[in-house]
Amino acid sequence: MTEPTLFELSAAGRKGVNYPDSDVPLTNLPANLLRKDLPMPELSELDVVRHFTHLSRLNYSIDGGFYPLGSCTMKYNPKINEVTSRLSGFANTHPLQPIETVQGNLALMYQLQDLLKEISGFPGITLQPAAGAHGEFVGVLIMRAYHASRNDAKRVKILIPDSAHGTNPATSSMVGMEVAPIPSDARGNVDLVALKAACDDTLAGLMLTNPNTLGLFDENVLEVVRIVHEAGGLVYGDGANLNALLGIVRPGDLGIDVMHFNLHKTFSTPHGGGGPGSGPVGVAAHLVDFLPAPIIEIIEPGSEEMAPLYGFKTPSKTIGRIKSFQGHFGMLVRAYTYILMHGPDGLRKVSEYAVLNANYLLSKIRSTYHLPYDRVCMHEFVVEGFWPDVHDVHALDVAKRLMDYNFHPPTNYFPLIVKEALMIEPTETESKQTLDEFADVMVKIAREAREDPQLLKEAPHNTPVGRLDEVKAARDLVLCCWVPEGE
Amino acid sequence: MFIPHTDQETREMLEAVGVKNLAELFTAIPEKYRFPKLQLPPAMTEMEILAEMENIAEANESTKDLVCFLGAGAYNHYSPAAVDMLLRRGEFYTAYTPYQPEISQGTLQVIFEYQSLVTALTGMEASNASHYDGATSAAEAVILAYQNFRGKRNKIILSPSLNPQYTATIRTYTQGHGSLIILGADARPDGSPEDLVQYLDDDTALVIVQYPDFLGRLYDYSALIAKAHEVGALVAVAVNPLALALFKTPGDMGADIVVGEGQPLGLPLSYGGPYLGIFATRKEFIRKISGRLVGETTDSRGNRAYVLTLTAREQHIRREKASSNICTNQGLLALAATIYMSLLGKNGLKKVAELNFHKAHYAAEQISQIPGYSVATAAPFFNEFVVTCPHPADEVAAHLLEHGILGGYELANDYQGMDNQLLVAVTEMNSKDEIDLLCEVLAEVNHD
Repeated sequence: MTEPTLFELSAAGRKGVNYPDSDVPLTNLPANLLRKDLPMPELSELDVVRHFTHLSRLNYSIDGGFYPLGSCTMKYNPKINEVTSRLSGFANTHPLQPIETVQGNLALMYQLQDLLKEISGFPGITLQPAAGAHGEFVGVLIMRAYHASRNDAKRVKILIPDSAHGTNPATSSMVGMEVAPIPSDARGNVDLVALKAACDDTLAGLMLTNPNTLGLFDENVLEVVRIVHEAGGLVYGDGANLNALLGIVRPGDLGIDVMHFNLHKTFSTPHGGGGPGSGPVGVAAHLVDFLPAPIIEIIEPGSEEMAPLYGFKTPSKTIGRIKSFQGHFGMLVRAYTYILMHGPDGLRKVSEYAVLNANYLLSKIRSTYHLPYDRVCMHEFVVEGFWPDVHDVHALDVAKRLMDYNFHPPTNYFPLIVKEALMIEPTETESKQTLDEFADVMVKIAREAREDPQLLKEAPHNTPVGRLDEVKAARDLVLCCWVPEGE
Repeated sequence: MFIPHTDQETREMLEAVGVKNLAELFTAIPEKYRFPKLQLPPAMTEMEILAEMENIAEANESTKDLVCFLGAGAYNHYSPAAVDMLLRRGEFYTAYTPYQPEISQGTLQVIFEYQSLVTALTGMEASNASHYDGATSAAEAVILAYQNFRGKRNKIILSPSLNPQYTATIRTYTQGHGSLIILGADARPDGSPEDLVQYLDDDTALVIVQYPDFLGRLYDYSALIAKAHEVGALVAVAVNPLALALFKTPGDMGADIVVGEGQPLGLPLSYGGPYLGIFATRKEFIRKISGRLVGETTDSRGNRAYVLTLTAREQHIRREKASSNICTNQGLLALAATIYMSLLGKNGLKKVAELNFHKAHYAAEQISQIPGYSVATAAPFFNEFVVTCPHPADEVAAHLLEHGILGGYELANDYQGMDNQLLVAVTEMNSKDEIDLLCEVLAEVNHD
């Protein structure tokens, strides 16, 4: 099953693409600045097409099967998004063109800002952040800038519940904040006693993932927000789990101060094998002036005959620029397409069915896999991937065995507060048949764990490659297939 | 449409869950705020949305409608058909980050090959799986250098001819590190690399220069890098990767880190993103690189295979001790660049880079002969150079646009005292006729 590398396929002198000869007189190249050798592969177009087609077949994908990866919202990515984002008027515009020539792009971005405002309840939106983690970074920078603007620089403590997303602590550190964890209570909510005890005049804010990584909506959310606000802190909402809340509740209405969206989760822009993402940030009224630059505004109002003129604006207390240009525009086009195709009722249906699918799947496997927090879940749930009476079979083994049945495993070993966690998020685009098949396989694997544990320990058996030697990878550190001459 | 449930199935599922209706699933939500009536446009069908999106796209004038000499960090290049055709394979674009290597070997080998091509192109020894874009890669270089010296060196020297958007991004990224000082960035951009030497001392963590620089100039930074190393500082070079097909690599100059904007490697302009942040280093910094790394190993059956490695550096393991929170990178864009570099290969990359060079130099030569105009970029350049106009550059650009030409980038946007300077980029997409038309219209402006 091993596919040769590009360098192994290469044959000296072979060409893939021809370019026209220069139609202008040639200029001498600066001899002292030229590189000696260009050690790149030489392949035909067919070599290249076959190579990448072969590689694509070694991947599992949403288009290929059920992908219940908790916290990642692996819903179907509508094909029309790939068409609209490639329309020439979008794909072939340069980011520094005069605004008069890109009114379509700017109108789209302005309207997407408005759609996200309405969906989330936040009056200010930036479309710039490149990913969820980038959005978090922006959000915490805004919180820092807000406190600084009030001459309250002693506020450096960020509280992070143990059921929050894994990126939150690193994000806070990047902004120079100190991180303090907050435990969950017996029902999976933020522990209010611990929260109150941690609130003092050094509090910058709380980063709340809601629904949290247990898939549970915090039943005391209004109280949590009140406690943090009373202590002078701000509440960051991690919007990674927004797929449970569309038309169900608006985070802005709950008093959350700042939140990032993951367009690549909630609004179906493809995950791309690890990016590009897109992580717009929404903020409450008191934070609008701190948004990164630029945001899209109407700079000359329209009339009945004339469309308004859209352009850029730098917010008055902006944290500054966070990347080149204006965000992941291609992803914005896809998300805009998706939102308009759904409308208000369709979006609510997305969340209703995401939650129904999760609860239905849970109902099918809960007698087989232990559920540590027994409540109605939101769009995902977490069960334990081990059995006390089965020796030495772990969540990892269950995950690997699922691959033999052509399912992608759930997220495993996260959240950390559940032993041997399996975090399952089916999404709304999966049918009852698929959920039934998956549940049957989960039950079957539990039986196999007792009858033939080796089958799980040695899984997967039917995949392109078997379990990987990760220790060897980290020890040998072979990170490229090209060896520089002389080594 | 995208939700497949029949009414019958919904009823069966609700019953299995033990609730009467969908609303009953949401009782944990505060009642006062539950089920808000969203004021959004009504749903559209696929037919309707395509027509709507075509209308919006047509409200733009694209580089297919206009003649493009605009660069300044993003360039109008040809991307062979096979690049996008392969990108459209759902097996690639609807996969997640390759956490389960047994069923992700496609993505993993692609990243491994991307890392290999980037190290070959830059002359470095290790590349990560990408950052968001050139600007954020540059910011990550600052974080790497700061961490490398455990916060004991506090000076970051930025070339004044580093892309101003990179400089701005670095300023934002370092807001939480109060002790860091940024030097050099505010000087005139048309100085030389030697001007940076004055800032070097044993408190310097990092120097960042650009190659070609924002004004298009190519410098051999070997001497500057040697001087920086004398005081123990690191040097990062921000590159246009296409220029490296032709010119001496930062690796050859002794650079420690190479960052860059990967967009010229076959990625559509797409109004600024998504693009690709190149990040490569010398071997000794491998464990300090943020972002994903793919390594070669073997599987349980003895086959060569690939896996994400050194994950202990990353945010989900190290949590608040991680130096960066990055998780998603630009996987699909790294794939696009990998396909592009494979298709063009050794010969094609060199050929495209040469076409850029010759056409840009022809354009510069022609423009310099127009009365009133001069080419301000004297040093060797690649595909971009500065034109000093007889009138303010915004007026010149406006006149060019009336003739359907995106004439270039107005440097007054970023620099005081450069009102008449226009940054002009020429690529393989620009024919001799287009260049001649540019010169004709420029000549006209001077007569007005």
